[in-house]
Amino acid sequence: MGDTSISRRTLLTGCCATPVFARTGAAAADEESAQFELPQTGDQLVEVGHEAEAKPLTPQDLGLQDLLLAWAYDPRNKIVRNGSRLNMLLLMRFEPATLGDAERQLAPEGIVAYSAVCTHQQCWVTDWLKSAQVLQCPCHQSQYDLRHSAKVVGGPAPRSLPALPLNVNNGILDIAGPFTGRVGGEQQQGT
Amino acid sequence: MRQSLRTVLMACAAGLVGCMTAPWAAAQQISSYAPVTQQRLENPEAGNWLLYRRTYDGHGFSPLKQINTDNARDLVPVWTFATGVVEGHEAPPMVNNGMMFVTTPGMQVLALDATTGDLIWRYKEKLPADLFQLHPTNRGVAMWGDKLYLATVDAHLIALDAKTGKEVWNTKVGDYQHGEYMTLEPLVVRGKVMVGSSGGEFGVRAYIAAYDADSGKQVWRTYTVPSPEEPGGDSWKSDAWKTGGGSVWITGNYDPKRNLAYWGVGNAAPWPGDLHPGDDLYTSSTIGLNPDTGEIKGHHQYHWNDSWDWDEIRPPVLINMQHNGQTIDALVHPARDGYLWTLQQTDNGIKYISGQPFVYQNAFKSLDPQTGRPTYDPEHKPVSGKEVSFCPSLWGGLDWPSESYSDQTQLLYIPANDNMCGQMLGEKKQLLVGQLWLGADPDSLKLLPRGDHIGELQAWDPATGKRVWTYPFPSQLFASVLTTAGGLVFVGGTNDRMFRAFDAKTGELLWQQKTNSGIVGMPVAYQVGDTEYVAVQSGWGVDAQRIQDSLAKTSMKLDPNAVPQGGVVWVFALRRHR
Repeated sequence: MGDTSISRRTLLTGCCATPVFARTGAAAADEESAQFELPQTGDQLVEVGHEAEAKPLTPQDLGLQDLLLAWAYDPRNKIVRNGSRLNMLLLMRFEPATLGDAERQLAPEGIVAYSAVCTHQQCWVTDWLKSAQVLQCPCHQSQYDLRHSAKVVGGPAPRSLPALPLNVNNGILDIAGPFTGRVGGEQQQGT
Repeated sequence: MRQSLRTVLMACAAGLVGCMTAPWAAAQQISSYAPVTQQRLENPEAGNWLLYRRTYDGHGFSPLKQINTDNARDLVPVWTFATGVVEGHEAPPMVNNGMMFVTTPGMQVLALDATTGDLIWRYKEKLPADLFQLHPTNRGVAMWGDKLYLATVDAHLIALDAKTGKEVWNTKVGDYQHGEYMTLEPLVVRGKVMVGSSGGEFGVRAYIAAYDADSGKQVWRTYTVPSPEEPGGDSWKSDAWKTGGGSVWITGNYDPKRNLAYWGVGNAAPWPGDLHPGDDLYTSSTIGLNPDTGEIKGHHQYHWNDSWDWDEIRPPVLINMQHNGQTIDALVHPARDGYLWTLQQTDNGIKYISGQPFVYQNAFKSLDPQTGRPTYDPEHKPVSGKEVSFCPSLWGGLDWPSESYSDQTQLLYIPANDNMCGQMLGEKKQLLVGQLWLGADPDSLKLLPRGDHIGELQAWDPATGKRVWTYPFPSQLFASVLTTAGGLVFVGGTNDRMFRAFDAKTGELLWQQKTNSGIVGMPVAYQVGDTEYVAVQSGWGVDAQRIQDSLAKTSMKLDPNAVPQGGVVWVFALRRHR
């Protein structure tokens, strides 16, 4: 099982067409910085675990109610923005008619995109419960309704998952604007 | 070694330390701070609480008796202190000569005047922005010399000056981005600070490590999951050992006579046993290791090829007791697997004596009379691709909260959960580093209550193997137990927010106090001057809340929001001492 795991090092170094070590110091630093940036307007998307291929996702990559984890991908500089775990995205496809009015505007062909980071304790929210039709955080069972702004419908999460507007350009999914809210949880630090 | 009162006050005035507003009485507590030595840890004063369970044998027993069965009804709160944070407040308030040290979730240590509740200093640091927390809690600081030792959720070990709260050293122990984290109170033996790694649910290969108390440098590190070249490595029949879990997240006990530290080891990862074939040493085991070298000198695996998430994470309680007409050095462990195990320390390692269920258990068909090795009922052993029910649930007959052994009654008090079974459909999933990795279909995870109650405070005579009394609670009981020479047993742990005192001999409820939140914390008893105090944190969260959420989805229909969060330190004494 160890050899089937996706290590963080693989995520960090396997993402880009040109390895970091082959670049000049300044360029490498810029690239590392870009890996940590939140998704940018115009970025495309690549599936988690397939960073090295950097194959941009298309609407055809998602079937109905398929859950897919993704990173934003800068196609111009060939940089996967996977420097921080807070950058992980989740995509799901629904029948457009089942989406709320606001979501339909952000979700071409019914494909919604949200931050995958739970607003409670920052675990990745990845468990689709078919029975309840909600996305559940595996750590503390916060539940989100992805058809309606990822609003919290159960558990301790204090607020919705931030949504990320999508476009389809030339058959490829890309990012149409910034997150609708702050990414991340409510880390308490004491008073 | 002692710091003068004048020095402390000048340091405060200069802003060099965190006390700033420490009142006069609190400053006196600082000036009288007594360095913690090996001699004090092995023979602690009756009025202090210097170790996680007060003594190295893990009894959780205080010899104080000013508060007793005759006057427990006169207990009243004498002071409280709001911690300012939510989530599970699980730490015992540690007390050394009138100074109390309390840890909370969110990387915070509070130093309080144990008589007044005045804040002496507060240590708090920001956690990493990208930290994810499965168990947002902490279980206390360890003490050695003039320092305190804090193990953090971002996998650092930090030494603090006990008088000032100033950081002395800070050592990275593990990588939180790989799912390693720490919630336990360290164990100190002769200047070596031992900690363990959590993260079994993230596919870590866990370990126990020791650090020099003065320098913070690592002395040794012993993996609880051996590699194929190490002893026990052949108990793993695939590469699963690389991500095999075996986390260590509750403080060990220690036997000075044999110089052995006993630690409990967590479950194998992921949960279904067919995904990690083999016995999988040392998961779900007790190990005895040499604290000077980290060498494992003995072990006992309670159940092989764990498939239920039954961490056997608490160390056994060290009890000298009668067995077949002889006094033996027993190791007694009320296990998460629902069995009460009795083992014996010998010169050749750990010997099995007996095992019997203390809650309803349907996974074991029998025990080998010589070794205690269980045979399983395959209908109740989770595997991938099959929905399986089993008793007790993944939270077990007793999860991490500590039992207590009264030196006075010679009974063992177990905060048990009976009649709470579970269900899961195992599934094989690829590990994504930093992602929770249970090996279970989330839609399938359910609690299955049965019977007319769940929680039970049980009293057992370990010498005879007989249960003496049981006090039932309608739903879960999830907190550690304190016993005292006053003939009392203290425990919180229920969703009605109560803190209770029982007669240790009879199980009669003598006193209860409703608190701000639910209590998942560990109570302690201590004395300053002529007054005995009992202290506990009230601050519901983590597993107690998760059980509440799960029972809400059953026929019990509990209110998942019934217990408010937010931590408060409560301190009680007899009314005449208020």
